[in-house]
Amino acid sequence: MLKSLKARHEKLSDTHHQLAILGETIPMGTEPHAFTQKLREAGLYPLVPTQIEIFQVNVGKMCNQVCKHCHVDAGPDRKEIMTRDTMQQCLDALKKTTAHTVDLTGGAPEMNPDFRWFVEELSALGKKIIVRCNLTIIVANAKYHDLPDFFKKHRIEVVSSLPYFSAAKTDSQRGEGVFEKSIKALKMLNAVGYGIKDSGLTLNLVYNPAGAFLPADQQSLENEFRKKLRDGFEIEFNNLFAITNLPVSRFLEYLLASGNYENYMEKIIAAYNPVAASNVMCRNTVSIGWDGFLYDCDFNQMLELKVTTPTSQHVSTWDTHALAAREIVVNQHCFGCTAGAGSSCGGTTA
Amino acid sequence: MKTYYNPEDLKKFGQIGDFEPNLAKKFFDYYGEVFKEGALTAREKALIALAVAHAVQCPYCIDAYTTDTLEKGCDEAQVMEAVHVAAAIKGGAALVHGVQMMNKYKELSM
Repeated sequence: MLKSLKARHEKLSDTHHQLAILGETIPMGTEPHAFTQKLREAGLYPLVPTQIEIFQVNVGKMCNQVCKHCHVDAGPDRKEIMTRDTMQQCLDALKKTTAHTVDLTGGAPEMNPDFRWFVEELSALGKKIIVRCNLTIIVANAKYHDLPDFFKKHRIEVVSSLPYFSAAKTDSQRGEGVFEKSIKALKMLNAVGYGIKDSGLTLNLVYNPAGAFLPADQQSLENEFRKKLRDGFEIEFNNLFAITNLPVSRFLEYLLASGNYENYMEKIIAAYNPVAASNVMCRNTVSIGWDGFLYDCDFNQMLELKVTTPTSQHVSTWDTHALAAREIVVNQHCFGCTAGAGSSCGGTTA
Repeated sequence: MKTYYNPEDLKKFGQIGDFEPNLAKKFFDYYGEVFKEGALTAREKALIALAVAHAVQCPYCIDAYTTDTLEKGCDEAQVMEAVHVAAAIKGGAALVHGVQMMNKYKELSM
């Protein structure tokens, strides 16, 4: 199994090195191609939040998979996970906001030993809960087999990555055997009602390209996935989100190693869409890291670009007023969210 | 330049209009319309374009429509089947002329 960049002691595990690559590459780093300049042209600079609607909480980098494109650099060798104390601080912060949704991500969030406790507490607060489930965790160990029932009990929206409806393309990105396990897990979710019409249990899939190219039209992909998964595997789901890979961490490693980096950056810069820029998810989301630090999005989190509010950079010092008035940190990787039809954790934005 | 074809030139396709903007605009407008979703899906059109790219042996078009079909969610089997369609038609086009050859052969033979 592939190891994380950190375990391999790769230079790219240093976020300063990643930012240097993103910033220095010519001509992308020059002003006409800078993301800030594009925002200026659209009257969006400095980028500011609309309102804080979503808490995206990354409960840890530990994962049972090691996907080639992972922007978190997650894997079994990553031990950084959120403590119950920090989760409590998230709950305390949530009570101070009007955020209606908590989006739990990782790593595999279910591997955090306090995951279920956290979900129960969030459920008691009446928040909508999203879990970004990698599917294979459900079948990885007997202790996770009841996750579909647990998700159902708390009416959690399950969002699951499935890069393609065939084993070859899925496994090339996510690891050997991942497709077969994912299909098994999807059937388990369907069995308790997830993705089934009128069940009220939402199962959304995430498509992201298995390579150095942009995603297709989201609706076309959804139609194709629905047909192939229904005909081939009798699997049902609600919606498919098409997400663009951002040049961060292991996807950046892949782009550099395969010689695709410059072309990919040129492609996402050329595909810049100001409508997508005005709808970027960092405008209504705050991302919380495993150690409680606050970021504008999960990608900024992985690049260690903290929010620009000196008095409220950690969930323990949450200040809704200051965070709502903050200036969002942008860099060249942001072109990934504004290319074409736009990209967010909820799919296209334009 | 060491070769007639330079992959970087594909990115300059739009500059065709520098010498004659009106016809270029008409062409690119038409091109854009052709590839929109219609009676055929954009995905089906991309696969046709990929096959035609092979038939006309245009390296720019092969690069462009390999990327486009990937972006439209096509897998290895689908893109290769499209190429075989082109190969079959190209091969068939050569072979079917064999009838003309046979006609002429018979015409000239006792």
